[in-house]
Amino acid sequence: MGMTMTQKILAAHAGLAEVKAGQLIEANLDLVLGNDITSPVAIHEMEKMKVQTVFDKDKIALVPDHFVPNKDIKSAEHCQCVRQFAKKNEITNYFEVGEMGIEHALLPEKGLVVAGDVVIGADSHTCTYGALGAFSTGVGSTDMAAGMATGKAWFKVPSAIKFVLTGKPAKWVSGKDIILHIIGMIGVDGALYKSMEFTGDGIANLSMDDRFTIANMAIEAGGKNGIFPVDELAKEYMKEHSVKEFKVYEADEDAEYEQVITIDLASLKPTVAFPHLPENTHTIDEVGDIAIDQVVIGSCTNGRIDDLRVAAKILEGRKVKKGLRVIIIPATQKIYLQAMEEGLIKTFIEAGAVVSTPTCGPCLGGYMGILAAGERCVSTTNRNFVGRMGHIDSEIYLASPAVAAASAVTGKISCPCELGL
Amino acid sequence: MKASGRVFKYGDNVDTDVIIPARYLNSSDPAELAKHCMEDIDKDFVGKVQKGDIIVADKNFGCGSSREHAPIAIKAAGVSCVIAETFARIFYRNAINIGLPIIECPEASKGIEAGDQVEIDFDSGIIYNKTKNTQFQGQAFPEFMQ
Repeated sequence: MGMTMTQKILAAHAGLAEVKAGQLIEANLDLVLGNDITSPVAIHEMEKMKVQTVFDKDKIALVPDHFVPNKDIKSAEHCQCVRQFAKKNEITNYFEVGEMGIEHALLPEKGLVVAGDVVIGADSHTCTYGALGAFSTGVGSTDMAAGMATGKAWFKVPSAIKFVLTGKPAKWVSGKDIILHIIGMIGVDGALYKSMEFTGDGIANLSMDDRFTIANMAIEAGGKNGIFPVDELAKEYMKEHSVKEFKVYEADEDAEYEQVITIDLASLKPTVAFPHLPENTHTIDEVGDIAIDQVVIGSCTNGRIDDLRVAAKILEGRKVKKGLRVIIIPATQKIYLQAMEEGLIKTFIEAGAVVSTPTCGPCLGGYMGILAAGERCVSTTNRNFVGRMGHIDSEIYLASPAVAAASAVTGKISCPCELGL
Repeated sequence: MKASGRVFKYGDNVDTDVIIPARYLNSSDPAELAKHCMEDIDKDFVGKVQKGDIIVADKNFGCGSSREHAPIAIKAAGVSCVIAETFARIFYRNAINIGLPIIECPEASKGIEAGDQVEIDFDSGIIYNKTKNTQFQGQAFPEFMQ
């Protein structure tokens, strides 16, 4: 029996000719990632293990991004802990405020992850790098500590669901709508412990930013990882951003899949996930009148340049609905600068939005856009759990940047087509 | 090794945001995290939970964020074991790593109600519902994990 793309990457990193679903393996790691929430716990664990050094100072990435610039004294102390650890261990890829970005937008941009890599990160959205044809998955702080110490991690080899994407998405349908549609179809545990392997001729119609968004939310279906084949577009992206050599793995033709799901991208509509689970999806035409208080455009899911461009296209020459708060957060400093050079930031500010430096802040209810009881937010982030962005009686509607920007203008959940676009 | 206590029962998809909301993640001190455990799903939990008590839930317990703070908060609150129909994978791994016993057992998840007194034998994997006098076979914990 052949192997899936994920199984091939894992086998190669475990020094095995073949692996099977369910097998326990120990794999060599190409990168270990942590942020300002998870790294301090990992650093403390390393101290408990009495480990003096890291396995490779070039293969660890420390990205303070969640509560950065620091929101309070305790957060500042966490960042201080990470900063001191990075300095002591001469960590090459530590990113201070002025160089940073939201980790899952930053790492591909910096060329730290390429096709064929095995990456663990103490952040659940580490699965984002599957867009580049890497195996990457979220772990906790103890696994991060063990990874930093040894350069290895144990895995249970996952089985897989194959998603065959065909056709071309309609206007205003993006990667976000595709992944929300999938989560709505299979549920928040529909891919529990499994790989989500995306394939099909429709992928050619998806930008890299669309693919990052789709792989990013594999965890929202319970997936261990999400992964895309490496086509010319992905190769171009890696050549532009990275000096690392990449290795392309393809699934065997006789690879075993637990399920094969075919999706005609042309049939999809802009999709919104209602509170309080990402699986509570509705297409935009069945949403009805839902008045909102806030819009957030940003995060590791949708804070990339394509996302900002589509939001600016909709907000250009228009105004944010009176009384609405609109918060736009470019995911990295580079994206921020690019948005400025392209005039997108000017468009946002003239429309009446605020623009923040990169941070995960509002997505997880940290700061920069917390909701009060009874308030509703349309957000391009990834989770709409109870209390995720603030009060337990607030509501989050997950949507694409296009729907979020259109909603910013109308004050209710809207399709850009309602603005004559 | 055995655990025994009163059951707190929850439904499907108990996520790590309700287990320990991110507004408290500026601390990684177990005692501090325990003060806010389950706060956004059950504000009475912290006031009522006693050492040894057991959480029983339906499917996909611990979904969402990779924060190890979630199993740490549950353990530090005094909970001796979490039983669920299924667990989200990062939570499962984190719980084992930090020493919070967890058992996947759909039958027990269905057959145990809030307030029941339950005893768990980790060596045999037997879950005994003392209140209802019923018994379920969960997975035993290998010695190295105890």
